Amino acid sequence: MMVKKVLHSLTLNGEEVQVATAAGATLLQTLREDLRILSSKRGCNQGVCGACTVLVDGTPVRACLTLTARCEGHAVQTMEGMDGDRVMATLQRHMVQSGGVQCGFCTGGVLISARDLLEADPTPSREAVKTALSGNICRCTGYRTIVDAVCGAAEELSQ
Amino acid sequence: MSLDQPEPIFVGGTVGQSVAKTDSLEKVQGRAEYIADLYRPGMLHGAILASPHAHARIRGYDLSEAMQAPGVVAIITGDDVGEGRMGAFIKDEHAIAKGKVLYVGEPVAAVAARTEEEARHACRLIKVDYEELPAVLSPEEGLARDAPILHEHLAEYIKVFDAGSDGNLCSRTELSEGDVDAAWADCDVIVEGEYTTQPQAHVSMEPCGALAEVDAAGRVTLWSANQSVFRVQANVCESLGLPMSRLRSLTPRVGAGFGNKMEPHIQPITVALAMKAMRPVKLILSREEDFEMVRARHPYRVRMKTGAKSDGTLVARECEVLVECGAFADDSPGVMGYSLLMCGGPYRIPHMKASGKLVYTNKLRFGAFRGFGNPQVLFAGEQQIDQIGEKLGLDPFTIRRRNLLRRGDQWFVGPRIGSNGLGRCLDAVEQAAKGARADGSPRNFGLAVTAHISGLLGTGAIVRMLEDGTISLNTGATDIGQGSDTVLAQICAEELKLPFDQVAVASPDTDGSPYNWGTTASRVTYTTGRAVKAAAKKVVDQAMDHAAEILDCDVADLELREGGRIGRHGSNTDVTFAQISGRAHWAAGGPLVGSETLVFDEPTHDPKRAIALGLPFPRIGVFSFAALGVDVDVDDTSGQVSVHEAWSAADVGRAINPRLVEVQLHGGFVQGLGYSLYEEMVWDGARLANPSLMDYKVPTARDVPDAIHTFIIEDPDPTGPFGAKGAGEIGLNAAPGAIANAVARATGARHAHLPLTGERVLAGMLDPGALQD
Repeated sequence: MMVKKVLHSLTLNGEEVQVATAAGATLLQTLREDLRILSSKRGCNQGVCGACTVLVDGTPVRACLTLTARCEGHAVQTMEGMDGDRVMATLQRHMVQSGGVQCGFCTGGVLISARDLLEADPTPSREAVKTALSGNICRCTGYRTIVDAVCGAAEELSQ
Repeated sequence: MSLDQPEPIFVGGTVGQSVAKTDSLEKVQGRAEYIADLYRPGMLHGAILASPHAHARIRGYDLSEAMQAPGVVAIITGDDVGEGRMGAFIKDEHAIAKGKVLYVGEPVAAVAARTEEEARHACRLIKVDYEELPAVLSPEEGLARDAPILHEHLAEYIKVFDAGSDGNLCSRTELSEGDVDAAWADCDVIVEGEYTTQPQAHVSMEPCGALAEVDAAGRVTLWSANQSVFRVQANVCESLGLPMSRLRSLTPRVGAGFGNKMEPHIQPITVALAMKAMRPVKLILSREEDFEMVRARHPYRVRMKTGAKSDGTLVARECEVLVECGAFADDSPGVMGYSLLMCGGPYRIPHMKASGKLVYTNKLRFGAFRGFGNPQVLFAGEQQIDQIGEKLGLDPFTIRRRNLLRRGDQWFVGPRIGSNGLGRCLDAVEQAAKGARADGSPRNFGLAVTAHISGLLGTGAIVRMLEDGTISLNTGATDIGQGSDTVLAQICAEELKLPFDQVAVASPDTDGSPYNWGTTASRVTYTTGRAVKAAAKKVVDQAMDHAAEILDCDVADLELREGGRIGRHGSNTDVTFAQISGRAHWAAGGPLVGSETLVFDEPTHDPKRAIALGLPFPRIGVFSFAALGVDVDVDDTSGQVSVHEAWSAADVGRAINPRLVEVQLHGGFVQGLGYSLYEEMVWDGARLANPSLMDYKVPTARDVPDAIHTFIIEDPDPTGPFGAKGAGEIGLNAAPGAIANAVARATGARHAHLPLTGERVLAGMLDPGALQD
């Protein structure tokens, strides 16, 4: 069993970091085990559930399917680095108010996917919201209150 | 007071307001800590070696190579745990496989190492010498005369009820009232059928996990994803032979449960590893392991027969179930017994007979899952009600209204029904769903109704007034995301007439919290809420005594005012909780603490009315009710069913937090939709073939209708806190029955097997009129 560690440089939430991580580690492993960035969750480790979603160079990716080596020199953003993001703050507020937060395990990934949608389409239809969130599984809410929250945030932001 | 009319109750403060959940902010900011997010100094990571065999004797282990692997600190096997066995109803389960393995995926050994990868690697180096045994893969096989026996010492196991265990028969339950056999002759119309339902996986987004550490004196602290820190404590201590005082069980935030985290998963293994390693150990299951090792909803075979008079009055029902238990009893005897109690539905049926057999098989244990056996029998029962209505020319609302149980009636075998808003639930659904779709096309409408209990077993609450007059509430109830911390704080604040944000809710801790059986059986709002309200009332009473002394008057002259003040009637002068609490802490009487414990103690069985053998729940709870209407689309070429619109009306007594009740109804319906249409755990021989989210489909945002209308009906229960009853399961139960009835409307074909896949529905469309095999 190789325990070889490899040094990688990347930008994490706006700061340059160097991290020694196991060779072949996924971004999810590196974030959680080496950097203690814990908002990205291991729900399935197969790229299906979306609970690990983070941004790489501004694009949502599955941290569990992304090799850390592929992030060398790139910018990784997680929920820990979203302070001051107006779109995210609005989404968060609407999620709290709508009841879209239940167990919370999917919530971070849902919000990052929703923010990406609103960046691309500030006035999405409900169908567009559902499509954008179709890669984020929520087992608690039945999605209705989440879709309400994203639509409510879009409406507020587009005013 | 007429039936179905709400009693006047005090309204004010925060009860009835949809305040945001207290954990919402930390969750949207990604700051909530779940079990996988906890780290301790010197902590190791655990991993489990799973059995490759369905049934085999363990002849020995060779750990030499694994112990030499990088990073490995400790390995445990069945040799490291004693003879202790755990189980809610039948104590049949060791902490880890010992002597035999009973299903593919059963934990056989576990490794603690520096990293998870090292632990998983070392697991693959463990050699286990197995002697394979023939396996039992269905209940029918298990009952065969020459079947291999899973639990050779079943007769000696401790059982908490009259299980009637024998061979692979884990338990049997027989209930009856009236005279069913004679009653068929009085029926003008009889329908009968045999139905099967499939295993469903819980798929909480958070896989199960635990973290254990041992202090210098050998006492264990255990954090885990759970629905009850107290059941965790009991199960770990039973299986490892520890005195309960030597284990402290705690909880971080929990990423949902649905029944999966109520009884033990890997907590005993994690504790055994930490005790052997003498270092903290964290063990987090992969998604695949969570599918293969924990538990799932029971597959049922249901034979049901229902008879009625020509005017639609129900006369008799007989229900016989064959239930697959899996390798360990777990909650299965309770699930089967409960499903038999519920098999008549919320109807007056004078002649009832229900019986069931629960059979051990070489698969993972089946156990508690939202609905607890109710959806399976209701899938059969609610279709038969529609079929009787069809034969007699009565629409689905009329046939049901004609037979509803009412307040004051006795449920099957005896429990007395308190509040009952089911009639109003039906009214709400009928009113909202009537007519055609917005585009003028006709609806493919299906209806089902259900009842579910909230109650069961012991609970408690401790309310403490802090020095400044704010409140600490401690109940021991784990909030699994549904919002019980928030709802209990609302109840407490209401009783104390304080703003909701002045009540802090303590995290469950077996060292400091009063006993709470668990977050299960739709029970926390109802049972724990009762304890909270009573404990808060005691604090108010103590504060009143202080105020009477401070203001030099009788308690009878005092009133509790909004915002934590007590004053004399007709006078503006008052004293604040801060003044009272300061006095109590430093000068007179001692700090204000109110505590209450209770156990739901109304008997289930009325021996004058019914015969009951092997009843696992001698006391159950109060009844919530719901009606569910769905309008479905069926694709002509694929048979694929989708739900166009749904109407879910639930009588929850009193909605302490209406938004949280609505989300329970949404989430329950969607979990029921997946169960009805496509979710299915499939075994390829002895091996689960689809233990991943790639291969096991759960509903996504695109699979659910936008129009899920919810209606909260409030018929306050006289025993509930501010009238409240449970809301956690009632929204799921009726989904398979309602959707099957809608599919029958759309296609003309009745379906006896879940899930209602495109294949099955298409086959029904090609051969309508016949009950599909």
